[in-house]
Amino acid sequence: MAEPRNPNPMSRTDVVDAYFLEHRAKLLDIAAFLDRVDRADHGADEPEDFRITSMRNALQVLDDGQGERARRVLELMSDATTDLVDTAPGKGACGTPPPSTDNGA
Amino acid sequence: MTYIDPHIHMVSRTTDDYRRMALAGCTAITEPAFWAGFDRSSPQGFFDYYRQLTQTEPARAAQYGIKHHCWLCVNPKEAEDAGFAREVMSLLPEFLEESNVLGIGEIGLNKNSRNEMAILEEHLAFAEDRDQLVLVHTPHLEDKRKGTLLIMDAIANTRLKPDRVLIDHVEEHTVADVLDRGFWAGMTLYPETKCTPQRAADIIEVFGTERLWMNSAGDWGDSDPLAVPKAIVELRRRGHSPETIRKATLENPKTFLGQSPRFDPGDA
Repeated sequence: MAEPRNPNPMSRTDVVDAYFLEHRAKLLDIAAFLDRVDRADHGADEPEDFRITSMRNALQVLDDGQGERARRVLELMSDATTDLVDTAPGKGACGTPPPSTDNGA
Repeated sequence: MTYIDPHIHMVSRTTDDYRRMALAGCTAITEPAFWAGFDRSSPQGFFDYYRQLTQTEPARAAQYGIKHHCWLCVNPKEAEDAGFAREVMSLLPEFLEESNVLGIGEIGLNKNSRNEMAILEEHLAFAEDRDQLVLVHTPHLEDKRKGTLLIMDAIANTRLKPDRVLIDHVEEHTVADVLDRGFWAGMTLYPETKCTPQRAADIIEVFGTERLWMNSAGDWGDSDPLAVPKAIVELRRRGHSPETIRKATLENPKTFLGQSPRFDPGDA
């Protein structure tokens, strides 16, 4: 990663002091969300929802020891195709490419 | 600290929001034409919307000492019906004469479809012919990176100069490409689906403040018209200098928008 152009004036300890509790809570939100998904009623042979699979893959990025995690998580959750689609399938987006997208993976 | 919110949809906001923005130091805003949360059923619906943008909102903003400007277009979410979009585009020349119109926007892509691209290219040609500034919407979530690259390629096929085009809604996976290609970049501060004030501050730390601004894009959905002052507080909390904060939230909008002689920063 290139050197930051406007380095954060805070020390590493300052950053942790300022943000740890907030992000501890966000981490627990993810844990509780995954527990909630597990508890929810589902068919015996129902495959895992592609969005949960994408989230599990993203969680691996958080702890792989490399930088630029936000960029890499966003790329992981991006459509990697390059061609225009014939018609817009509605207006919304779901946050990660659906299985119908040939994502080159 | 005074600031400019260069992308906010005040047609969806209450008068209380104007008051709170003024109290927080907002002196000027720009409002791109966008999707109202429903498809308009006729070009007349857009005619009325453009009147709202060019007549009603400037008067409403003026009550709080805020200078209101706008951008006109058919947004990409209503561009899939290309024939309809072209009918609406025929209204643009008339409204482009209004004194608060800064250029064409927010044009771009939504689901990266062929018709969206056709209408984008027609808007770009329209802007090129009339030497207009351009404000670009990039797609949401999983469609953003692909759409951003397609949009920049489309602009590269025109004579539009990158320093007269702002590519909005950048995030960590698109900001470098946008800046490297000479465009201005906008960070939109949303509670969930775009940048948070904290991540915007992170991006400023990594990429600096050249050709980079932030906006609330406050609209009818989950959004916050005070997002820019909250980002100011975040940068201040980290110890960034007043000069850095002022450049990202005031000077950069003034520089880009000031390329239009119609832009008035107000008391900033």
